[in-house]
Amino acid sequence: MSLTAKDKAADKALWAKISGKADDIGHDALSRMLAVYPQTKTYFSHWKDLSPGSAPVRKHGKTVMTGVGEAVSKIDDLTNGLLSLSELHAFRLRVDPTNFKILSHNILVVLAILFPTDFTPEAHVAMDKFLSALSLALSEKYR
Amino acid sequence: MNSVYRSTAAFSSGLNRSARYTWAATNQSYLNICPAVKPQDTMVQWTADERAAIQGVFATLDYESVGRESLARCLVVYPWTQRYFGGFGNLYNAEAIMANPKVAAHGTVVLQGLEKALKNMDDIKNTYTTLSELHSEKLLVDPGNFQLLADCLTMVIAKRMRTEFTPDIQAAWQKFLSVVISALRRQYH
Repeated sequence: MSLTAKDKAADKALWAKISGKADDIGHDALSRMLAVYPQTKTYFSHWKDLSPGSAPVRKHGKTVMTGVGEAVSKIDDLTNGLLSLSELHAFRLRVDPTNFKILSHNILVVLAILFPTDFTPEAHVAMDKFLSALSLALSEKYR
Repeated sequence: MNSVYRSTAAFSSGLNRSARYTWAATNQSYLNICPAVKPQDTMVQWTADERAAIQGVFATLDYESVGRESLARCLVVYPWTQRYFGGFGNLYNAEAIMANPKVAAHGTVVLQGLEKALKNMDDIKNTYTTLSELHSEKLLVDPGNFQLLADCLTMVIAKRMRTEFTPDIQAAWQKFLSVVISALRRQYH
């Protein structure tokens, strides 16, 4: 299920529309992930406050979306482009890769909420594929 | 179906894990009192807030419109699901799927089925026995697909409710869907 030229064009076009609100998207998606999938909280025991709107959640949402933006710019070769991020997740963070799917789902929910007219079925499938490809590239160094 | 069917997508789904986690977290003391009771025999517990949230979501739903868009999105975003709709005619591209009257009709049927679960929230498991048999024996649907359609339904609801679809409401709604999916999977063998 690799990204076609049409997918990449759709992803870049959608990113151009949404990148202005990247911080809000990241923050909202993370908040939803922590609320809807409480097992994900196990990765953030070092945060004092896990509630929506808290400083660590906002900051981390921004970090995550910066990574997504970087991936968009490297959409033609995600595996090689995201090698160092993959090493970070594999060796230091050791996040179970099933969680990438969970966060991706919540990013899509937030896009549906914030950009209802832009989140067409075509944009939805292109973004779903992109986030899956991104997750796969992030998993590259795990084993 | 003669084999136990486990689809990779559903097995690794965060939703099933979340439902089990939530059950275990809220029923620790019960487990200590009655260790012989197996987790799968115990009723799902709903808080008052969860019931209100789920009923609130349903109150916003126009079954025809939401049903049509959810099923259409599922067929577009996960094209392999089209395998179950060979008799539906033109499914060649997103526009055709969105405009297809059979997709629209069937979307409504799905939402009406979900309403049954809403009206029997304390016994979704038994309410869905016939539906589960229908999907496993007659329609032969890979149960992994239930999660795909559920996710598309969640997106469509998010699109319409927008910021009113808060994280807590999303949590209750997804818990409801995971119970529905679990009930639909029950008769597979």
